[in-house]
Amino acid sequence: MAGGNSDIKFIKKGKRLDGRKPDELRKVRIEVGVLNRADGSCYLEWGNNKVYAGVFGPIECHPRHKQQQDRAIVQARYTMAPFSVNDRKRPGYDRRSSEISYIISQALERVVMVEQFPRAAIRVDMQVVEAHAGTRCAALTAASVALADAGIPMRDIIPSCAAGKVSDTVVLDLNKEEDNYGQADLPLAIVPSTGEVVLLQLDGHLTPDEFEQAFDMAYKGCMDIYEIQRAALADRYGGSA
Amino acid sequence: MSGQTVANLMRGHIEALAARGERTDGRGANEFRDVSIETGLIGTAEGSARVTLGETTVMCGVKLLAGTPYPDSPGRGSMTTTAELACLASEQFEPGPPREPAIELARVVDRGIRESQMIDFEGLCIEHGEKVWVVFIDMHILDYGGNLFDCCTLAAASALAHAKIPNVQHGIADKDVDLPISCWPISCTFAKLGETIVLDPNHDEEMVMSARLTVAHDENGNLRAMQKGYNGAFTVDEIKTAVKTARTADKVLRKALKEATK
Repeated sequence: MAGGNSDIKFIKKGKRLDGRKPDELRKVRIEVGVLNRADGSCYLEWGNNKVYAGVFGPIECHPRHKQQQDRAIVQARYTMAPFSVNDRKRPGYDRRSSEISYIISQALERVVMVEQFPRAAIRVDMQVVEAHAGTRCAALTAASVALADAGIPMRDIIPSCAAGKVSDTVVLDLNKEEDNYGQADLPLAIVPSTGEVVLLQLDGHLTPDEFEQAFDMAYKGCMDIYEIQRAALADRYGGSA
Repeated sequence: MSGQTVANLMRGHIEALAARGERTDGRGANEFRDVSIETGLIGTAEGSARVTLGETTVMCGVKLLAGTPYPDSPGRGSMTTTAELACLASEQFEPGPPREPAIELARVVDRGIRESQMIDFEGLCIEHGEKVWVVFIDMHILDYGGNLFDCCTLAAASALAHAKIPNVQHGIADKDVDLPISCWPISCTFAKLGETIVLDPNHDEEMVMSARLTVAHDENGNLRAMQKGYNGAFTVDEIKTAVKTARTADKVLRKALKEATK
């Protein structure tokens, strides 16, 4: 964790500084099919986070040497706008964006039926236009919905959510202050139909018991996000979530 | 199939329509598509706007940071403009550092704003020779449906019009104030389709146009910036007609900007 400044009291009378209970998500809103040009797209607001995701594909794979003879590859790309953070971020791709893009690609390859499209690429672009902690979870959640909107065959959609620790308390879905000055952050993404874990990171300090508690909390958060994803898709395409 | 291939198949149709004064989307030759402007969407930016022009959407964020002035203008703030052709906006946009089209786009928008003296840079001086406000205008293209130049200029102008100088956050004064704005530049972009000139090209028209002309005026009808693009050419008469057309055609964008900045 960046600061690890545990002098701040993050929990007062069982409530967090933004008024949430420890196991409460921020408000999540998903809009499906918001862009004209992309084959599939999604706009997601998660608390004050704002993310666009767009999908093109299956398309020809560039560069050629990245082609796989027996399957498609998922080329996910996570980018933050310069104005998405308080101190302007230098435009362009940095090491953090590279890593996040890489692990998101791998998570998505688990559910996309890549074997149906040998040598092709499925391009998934995520643009964070406002960032307040938890943007990798928000981006992956939006990307799954955009893939579904593009009609890409998938085994399931992936929800993602983080848990963490502030003031020695395990909490769900850290906000910006909790992320900056908290004690741990544990982003998780799952395949709900199988219970598989497809993305997991940890940064900070957790006891074995706290890890169990945080992991279960994040897993439950993912399942709640999954319902919101399904409802957004049902809202766009009809049917029940 | 790529947008370019589809548009190439449409070339004959698009050019024949244009010659008859018609367009694929039913517009007249000198008509803009519908425009909508939303401002103040991004909490982390000092000013922001999302502008949709037909099928094109641009998100612009303005950030103000305290920095050192250039030695040749110690009492003036400065500005930097960037454009990101995000991959999700078009299958033709490739990841990587900005290439020529993105750089040209950012520079043309920059010129429209800079040369019109839209921002009063003298008003951005904090401490002569030591500290000034640097204005960062970052434009994110989210949906590419043709005519990025006019959509970006409008997005930048709308975001600037709403921007506040973050005095409180930087401990400079006890109140945030509006960015000093003195002029309203609006650009009009024309495309040459066969032998015909049309305003505000849509995606397919841009794919087959041979030449492009952007003309930026201020609210008094004076020219502030121009840019000719692509490897086709315009006749002298075509240029003069386009400049004259831009002066009246930009009214609809000017009205939208005025309403959004009330």
